[in-house]
Amino acid sequence: MAKNNLVMELKDFSFTYAGAEKSSLKKINLPIEENKITAMIGPSGCGKSTLLRAMNRIHDLYPGNTYEGKINLYKEDGSKQNILELKKENDFIKLRQEVGMIFQKPTPFPMSIFDNVAYGLRLSGMKNKSELQGHVEEALKGAAIWEETKDRLNKSALGLSGGQQQRLCIARAVALKPRVLLFDEPTSALDPISTGAIEELIAEIKSEVSVVIVTHNMQQASRLSDYTAFMYLGDLAEFDKTDKIFLNPKEKLTEDYITGRFG
Amino acid sequence: MNRLLLNKIILILSTLSAVIGISFLFWILATLSYKGITSIHWTTFTKDLVEGGIRNLLVGQFTMALMATVVAVPVGMMAGIYLREYGHGSKLASIIRNLSDVMMSAPSIVIGVFVYALLVDPFGGYNGLAGVVALAIMMIPIIISTTDNMLALVPTELREAGMALGGSKHKIILQIVVRAAKVGITTGILLSFARIIGETAPLLFTSANNQFFTMDLTGQFPSLTVSIYNLATYPDTVSRELAWAASFILTAIVLCINLVGRFVIRNKE
Repeated sequence: MAKNNLVMELKDFSFTYAGAEKSSLKKINLPIEENKITAMIGPSGCGKSTLLRAMNRIHDLYPGNTYEGKINLYKEDGSKQNILELKKENDFIKLRQEVGMIFQKPTPFPMSIFDNVAYGLRLSGMKNKSELQGHVEEALKGAAIWEETKDRLNKSALGLSGGQQQRLCIARAVALKPRVLLFDEPTSALDPISTGAIEELIAEIKSEVSVVIVTHNMQQASRLSDYTAFMYLGDLAEFDKTDKIFLNPKEKLTEDYITGRFG
Repeated sequence: MNRLLLNKIILILSTLSAVIGISFLFWILATLSYKGITSIHWTTFTKDLVEGGIRNLLVGQFTMALMATVVAVPVGMMAGIYLREYGHGSKLASIIRNLSDVMMSAPSIVIGVFVYALLVDPFGGYNGLAGVVALAIMMIPIIISTTDNMLALVPTELREAGMALGGSKHKIILQIVVRAAKVGITTGILLSFARIIGETAPLLFTSANNQFFTMDLTGQFPSLTVSIYNLATYPDTVSRELAWAASFILTAIVLCINLVGRFVIRNKE
């Protein structure tokens, strides 16, 4: 099979929360290109976070949700896997090592900075100490936080500032060398300077990992992303190159939203 | 004007109530300290009850309380973890949680009677193990409730973040969630230990008491609290003084454990 430039592809994807009558997402078709940044925008409750959380099946922490359609993940060797077919915990673990996630609030674990970054690596079976050290250093450098942390690797990660914690979380996720990183409003709890640092970081890591980012901040989407998906009431209203969406949207709805007429 | 007057009246009333409450507490502590300290001698700690000291009682009381802790902590913590992390929203979990809350407010004498019927009567006499079991039964619901509540304070995102790094549920719980709640759970264990170390009713007819030094849990076992109860009813001054001394020491122990618990919480904050 010829290697296309997609890393993920959603086909007629629908999602219904446990106990809900209506689907939260209806027949979404969305390609995620490799080594690009895809932004998802839309008013609150449009389903963008729900969609993001389906892409590494973090929804499965809570029982009873139903998925329909397909979410294909393209592997490095060009083979594809429909992640909605996964059932065993081991398969989920493998999936999440390939599709990482960064949350709105920084989520440092209550352990040292080093152990935070090493946590995922240890879970994936890495035991050799010098190998771990190498990977941790590389990840912290990659997340542009090495200079600030190299003298306090054994101190608790909870002592870092909010922005530093968020970069640590990115380092922790990058350390696993995932194919895709999902960002769920990663800067909405941070000040403008930390936000700038995180955005810079996301722009840098896209050479190594494909990024999907949910954001409420339209400037952020236009600054950062290559593609933008505009979602509305559980539908994918429009998807195109970011320039196109922001300069010349096809849909009236998209135009109204990005010009601030509603939402 | 009316408003300001009312404010003053409420202020005076509430201050007065606080003073009354606290003065009783100080009265108790002052009497206890005065009578207790004047009754303590060096030999109080070096001799056993039979010779007018409390050495065997202290050792006995701590042995039973510590053994109860060793039993209750794993059981209580595991049950708490089940309630919060696994049984979330299930019927079984809500039944267990309610029963545990009822158990927490169960009169301790009832627990004593229950263990008497279970472990004393059928085995032909008072024994230390029955005391341990009674104390553990008192302790388990407290630890369940603390663990449950402390785990509830751990943000959901932390669990999801662990999952998103490829962790399995049990690893995330043991390595991240419980660790994040460690201080709260430790404090809960300390406070529940402070609670059971001063209990009399569950021991009164389970382990009963022993005048001599012993580590044999199959027989009657020395207890500080039961001894205080007995000594205080004796007519002679020597026994009464020993009761005061023992009460003071017990209060000091409980106070210390509570202070350590509070200190741990404050350091966390």
